[in-house]
Amino acid sequence: MSSPDHSPVTLDTVISGDKARIVGVKAKGHLRKRLLEMGIIPGAIIESIRVAPLGDPVEFRVKGYNLSIRKGDAACIEVVMEVE
Amino acid sequence: MKKTISVALTGNPNVGKTTVFNTITGSRQHVGNWPGVTVEKKTGRCEYADTSIEVTDLPGTYSLTAYSADEVIARNFIIEDNPDVVVQVVDASNLERNLYLTMQLAELGRPVIVALNMVDVAEGRGDTIDEKRLSELLAMPVVRTVGTSGRGLDRLLETIIAVAAKGEKHTHTIGYGDEAEALISDLVRILDDDPALAGGYPLRWLAVRAIEGDSAVLALIEKSSVAGAVQARLQQIDLDEYEALLADKRYEAIGAILPQACTMCVRKMTGSDMIDRVVTNKYLGIPIFLALMWGAFQLTFAVAEPFMAGIEYVFGWLGEVVAGSIGNEWLASLLGDGVIGGVGGVFVFVPNIFILFLILSILEGSGYLARAAFIMDRLMYVIGLPGKSFIPMLMGFGCNVPAIMSTRTIEDDRDRLITILVNPFISCGARLPVYILFAGVFFGRDAGNVIFGLYALGIVVAILSAKLFRCTILPGESSPFIMEMPPYRIPTIKNAMLNMWEKGSMYLKKAGGIILIGSLIVWFLASYPAGVEYGSEESFAGMIGHLLEPLVSPLGLDWKIAVALIFGFVAKEIVVSSLGVLYGADEGSAALSDALLADPALSMAGALAVMVFVLLYMPCVATLGVIKKETGSWRWAGFSVLYGLVVAWILAFATFHLASYFLGGA
Repeated sequence: MSSPDHSPVTLDTVISGDKARIVGVKAKGHLRKRLLEMGIIPGAIIESIRVAPLGDPVEFRVKGYNLSIRKGDAACIEVVMEVE
Repeated sequence: MKKTISVALTGNPNVGKTTVFNTITGSRQHVGNWPGVTVEKKTGRCEYADTSIEVTDLPGTYSLTAYSADEVIARNFIIEDNPDVVVQVVDASNLERNLYLTMQLAELGRPVIVALNMVDVAEGRGDTIDEKRLSELLAMPVVRTVGTSGRGLDRLLETIIAVAAKGEKHTHTIGYGDEAEALISDLVRILDDDPALAGGYPLRWLAVRAIEGDSAVLALIEKSSVAGAVQARLQQIDLDEYEALLADKRYEAIGAILPQACTMCVRKMTGSDMIDRVVTNKYLGIPIFLALMWGAFQLTFAVAEPFMAGIEYVFGWLGEVVAGSIGNEWLASLLGDGVIGGVGGVFVFVPNIFILFLILSILEGSGYLARAAFIMDRLMYVIGLPGKSFIPMLMGFGCNVPAIMSTRTIEDDRDRLITILVNPFISCGARLPVYILFAGVFFGRDAGNVIFGLYALGIVVAILSAKLFRCTILPGESSPFIMEMPPYRIPTIKNAMLNMWEKGSMYLKKAGGIILIGSLIVWFLASYPAGVEYGSEESFAGMIGHLLEPLVSPLGLDWKIAVALIFGFVAKEIVVSSLGVLYGADEGSAALSDALLADPALSMAGALAVMVFVLLYMPCVATLGVIKKETGSWRWAGFSVLYGLVVAWILAFATFHLASYFLGGA
């Protein structure tokens, strides 16, 4: 088995407090454009901050600011875990 | 002759554009700490150093690709209205993402100035920004500003004048790498074949926007003679890939600039994080949200009470003076019943309105609204709406008109339409007097809870209606929810007070204007035809009321309420003033509350039914106007009236009968 640190996972599976590096944005159309211009681009480091009380959405920190994304939308963002 | 320079204020949402605008032009536009407060362009003027500057404040936008209605307004102004100078207000504490728009503006070939706003916040955190170096690297002037205190705004105005005088266009653009540059230069060559096409835009900019799928630019190209050639070239590549490449290169350019001009402190846990740990906590988040709402309405009621008693006393005294000193019976009735009874009845609630708006503006200014949207998003998802739809709902507690306008930030048209149609169910400040009157009279100490229950009912009806619309007339997938979470800020006392005064004085103006007119009309209807006893069943008001009585009697209400409800369509407060006029017969001094309690036709159950009906029955004239404007058709405005009436009647009917059963008051 390959090391779990290097195989891509989707952003919605990243646990609060963990950091990951974005490797791909699989979204289409508007969502894709919006994610890209908000700094969700391959290579960026993204940290999962907290999950909303009802389980969705999730707050992330990227490029020095916080934003909230629904898990369904986060599922189209591929990341690899960053090892601290 | 004086010159006039036109300036566009642009920038990401929630960076303080409107605060800068207000300080420069002396305006009082609404500000708050959440993305999307400004949804319209607003123009103001200022005179500085013998120059007249016309400033246009624009809605916030993350890029020049516009999705939502407010972003389209911002984008079109910058691109089509050709302002002399574009000022991008930048959040100095969030530079990296803010500079993305700067990179796009740079390509536009316009004079651009960067205003490093909220620089005090960044400095307070320990960041240092060398604006001279940043200015060199961006090849555009950079000015440090603090919108709230006005620091640096004179420098900004001087820079605007200097830049406008030079008239120099910004020509510095970033490179996108060999592959993309080859594509861009191919496109530029093709576009150059049609000299009529460019229309003042740099060809390079048009090429870049075409690659990024900018619908307005593509439409422009579509009409030109080179449309086929552009299409053919774009079809050779994977546009998705190029789109990501361009975004990546822009961030790469920013990444190269920032370390040379700024040192950012390593982020430790900030105050906002600590607050959010509690406020958005898994177990505490929802209870805190509900407690805040409940507390707000309790406060509105409790704090205002002594003031209300004072105002009631003054109007009572005025009524006595009028009754005692004016000999002419007709005039005494007009002033006593019509003016004092009507307007006074509404005036009593001025303290409540002021406190409600103070609380709302503190919530808005703190940044909590974005958290509320975050906490409630899951619920919005269940009904098929984006979390953004929750903010207009909360805004609706103040007034539905700005709340419906704030839906412009919602990208999907159907999402937006649903959010607009359910907004009138959110209980606005104008309905509060009706509740306070009836709940205060019939429920005494429980009034606060009854009122809270009404607000909750409004939200529940809004949510269920949204679900119903989504399942029937406006089907669709819920669109993505991506929202910036601003850091908490302590609302400035000045802003909170200003906001309270602006909204509160609007209520006062309404009381002196449309409510006065409404009261006089009701007084006229209650006094004529000549010779009838004032406010009796033989008066015009009585006739109208009796005509409608079959409709309201199943709700436990009589003709007087029916008349008040009709006039309440103009403005909901008129329900109270009309009752003040109709019940204001002879004694003059007796407060409306005593008169209602003494009326045998009204019971506790009836009072509940009135409140439920007033909560739901139809949007007021102003709200109806804004629904028409924002949806672009009278059809939806008419629909919201009909739907509201049906829902209100059914729920008021159910409330009356259930309450009669449990309270035994029928």
